[in-house]
Amino acid sequence: MADKPKIKLAVYWGAACGGCCVSVLDVHESLFTVVEHADLVFWPIALDVKYKDVEEMPDGNIDITLFNGAVRTSENEHMAKLLRKKSKILIAYGSCAHMGGIPGLANFSNKEEIFKRVYETSESIDNPNKVFPATETEVKEGKLTLPKFYNDVMTLNQVVDVDYYLPGCPPQTERLVEVFMAVVTGATLPPKGSVIGVFDRVQCDDCKRKKSDKKGITKFYRAWEVVDDGETCLNEQGILCMGPATRGGCGVRCVEGNAPCRGCYGPMEGIPDPGAKMMSAIASMLEGKEQDEIDKAIESVVDPAGTFYRFSLPGSILRRKQK
Amino acid sequence: MQSTVNNNENWTPRIVAFFCNWCTYTASDLAGVSRLRYAPSTRVIRVMCSGRIDPEFIMESFAKGADGVLIGGCHPGDCHYSEGNYKCLRRFTLMQKYAEQMGIEKDRLRLEWISASEGKKLQEVVNDMTDHIRKLGPSKIKEVVETIVK
Repeated sequence: MADKPKIKLAVYWGAACGGCCVSVLDVHESLFTVVEHADLVFWPIALDVKYKDVEEMPDGNIDITLFNGAVRTSENEHMAKLLRKKSKILIAYGSCAHMGGIPGLANFSNKEEIFKRVYETSESIDNPNKVFPATETEVKEGKLTLPKFYNDVMTLNQVVDVDYYLPGCPPQTERLVEVFMAVVTGATLPPKGSVIGVFDRVQCDDCKRKKSDKKGITKFYRAWEVVDDGETCLNEQGILCMGPATRGGCGVRCVEGNAPCRGCYGPMEGIPDPGAKMMSAIASMLEGKEQDEIDKAIESVVDPAGTFYRFSLPGSILRRKQK
Repeated sequence: MQSTVNNNENWTPRIVAFFCNWCTYTASDLAGVSRLRYAPSTRVIRVMCSGRIDPEFIMESFAKGADGVLIGGCHPGDCHYSEGNYKCLRRFTLMQKYAEQMGIEKDRLRLEWISASEGKKLQEVVNDMTDHIRKLGPSKIKEVVETIVK
């Protein structure tokens, strides 16, 4: 055993908040088990390894790369391609790499609108000369460069070939440890393209709240508009919960904490579009038969696209808002 | 499925039509045997019930190049499976709101209740929808879905 070479592990962030990297740290004392079996060769949040060090590695040098974050800039794309080349197994880690995640909501807008808002019209900005980020700027010391900000946010598999997907915002750390131990112990890996670290059942199957067959919803409420009784299905109480269209794996963490599921674990196997399934489910839960009753109920779903595709817009069938 | 001719006069929109087996599909049969002429714009897909139409079918149709999606079901109260058309109506109403947020023109998505005896109504609906879509022009949804802009 002592001679068994250590696994080379890399963790990288694209357009991400950093939460996925923190979820890797959340292995707590299991980190000792991890470092016993693996060398962390690249992890910008924790280690000072430069991009050029990765570029100098031989191809396929890294055993597993956990790529978290969506692809939104030329830097993200460059690193995705580089890490693909240098890694034996590339895992799209977390909702953003899997289906676009929260940064993917930018696909409701475009580069021009985003720049205008952020650098021109935002209440906290003072930019009379309308200075916008440029990929190249000449200063007396030389040329400064910035990565290009893309118009569309992409999922990792829209840029490179991905071996596995490990969803979640962030992925539940126990699932990561299970996957890691499976690799370390030499267990047979699932077929390429599989979503790993998930269950083959929806959130509702693991949810302990009381559910009835007759949902009979007439109106949806924002979470602050009603007092949750703490035991009845949130959807039945009119609080939109993505549980019915979301794959299990997290242990129903949000609902256990009395907050509705927001759908970060993505759709079930074989479902290309979680939002479509959620819309389908909502229709079955509503009570009304007359157009005005239905209109009233649907009107109370304030932002259907944003709610049902909170974590999955770039990975959904329609991918982005029409121009 | 791709609309190639952009000239609105000669161009015939491509409408994916999901018709329920018991009412609207039978109505289209009736329109046929009654020799009612209507625009050759629909590609009819027969489903057992309008309640079977998943929002995914509609999105998939647009993503693959449909200029419009027409859903036909039994009149309220007439569903062969008693409540399928109500489910369809709810899904449709929600889909309309979603489509608006996604920047898809309202006229590209339409729901009509057409009973088995209403061959004439089918003719009128298809002609009317075809006219509306002709005014909008070819859908660009497929192009947007397939072209990632960097």
